[in-house]
Amino acid sequence: MIKVDPNLCKGCDLCIEVCPQKVYENSSKLNKKGVYLPCPKREKDCTKCHLCELICPDQAITVEDDKMGNEGDESND
Amino acid sequence: MKYLRKDRLPNIFCPGCGNGTILNSFFRGMESEGIDLKEIAMVSGIGCSSRIPGYVKCDSLHTTHGRAISFATGLKVGNPDLNVVVFTGDGDAASIGGNHLIHAARRNINLTVICINNTIYGMTGGQISPTSPEGSIGTTAPYGTRDKPFNLSELVVAAGASYVARWTTIQPLQLSNSIKKALNNPGFSFVEVVSQCPTYFGRKNKLRTPVDMVKSFKENAINKRKADKLIADGKEDELIGKIIVGEFINKKRAEFSDNVCNLSKQQCGEEHATKSAYLSKLEY
Repeated sequence: MIKVDPNLCKGCDLCIEVCPQKVYENSSKLNKKGVYLPCPKREKDCTKCHLCELICPDQAITVEDDKMGNEGDESND
Repeated sequence: MKYLRKDRLPNIFCPGCGNGTILNSFFRGMESEGIDLKEIAMVSGIGCSSRIPGYVKCDSLHTTHGRAISFATGLKVGNPDLNVVVFTGDGDAASIGGNHLIHAARRNINLTVICINNTIYGMTGGQISPTSPEGSIGTTAPYGTRDKPFNLSELVVAAGASYVARWTTIQPLQLSNSIKKALNNPGFSFVEVVSQCPTYFGRKNKLRTPVDMVKSFKENAINKRKADKLIADGKEDELIGKIIVGEFINKKRAEFSDNVCNLSKQQCGEEHATKSAYLSKLEY
């Protein structure tokens, strides 16, 4: 489960560059802050390496290990 | 995230600034070493990177420009049990505080200095710093700088530090490993992180976005062992414009605050001369 906090993200796109599985993609429209948020479009490919979490300069990304089984809650689109 | 002061977020750094990445790597290194934030005191000077301790839930000291390491020396000698971490930038550590840096390394005092080297003065508007690479353009060098930059890691190794490593922000895992070793090392530990400044360095040097800057780090980073091999083979020309990353030294030697404690034990019979003087005054 990948969560991107829309209040913290500044749209630097480093997560898109750094992800080895190319999970992220830019969203098509601006949010209210004027930022194209990264969307985890291919979340199934995620291997939980937590590299995006580590590289995010604004601490906006949290990657949770799928133990709870909560899916379908996408706040980014 | 749990270590940050949530009321201060989002942080003041520009989009894509490397400071946040380094903070994440620091937390990761600290967690894997098993150190609690309560045992850590953060000291910083002036600059973009020196704003980092303001976002962390720990004791912190924001000091005058360039003097972070001298304040940290006092803190460490006053309370040797404390884990003192200095966050400093290249302008803070190399230019105005250069003298403090080399002398702290010479004394081998048990500090962890994390130098965030963005190769430019970011906070004041993009002036050329002592670590700007030759030929780079800044506000004070519109035709490109002609001076040779400081090689900070080599400088600190020569001054006598016991642990020195250099990484870039695109290698956060190696960086957190190095920070772990630096926190563990009894002696002066220096971790230099080559970081991106897309706003001032990138905009003037045709690396406009953070992604471009990070890609250039990826292309130009070369490991220390490989670089040593190239030098041994006489191919030094291939190293021009490259960033040599890796561990530069990891060698233990006598530490400053231990020496002070031993001296006060010899002369006064008590371990902490400063503390005992303070306590005896309180009794009156």
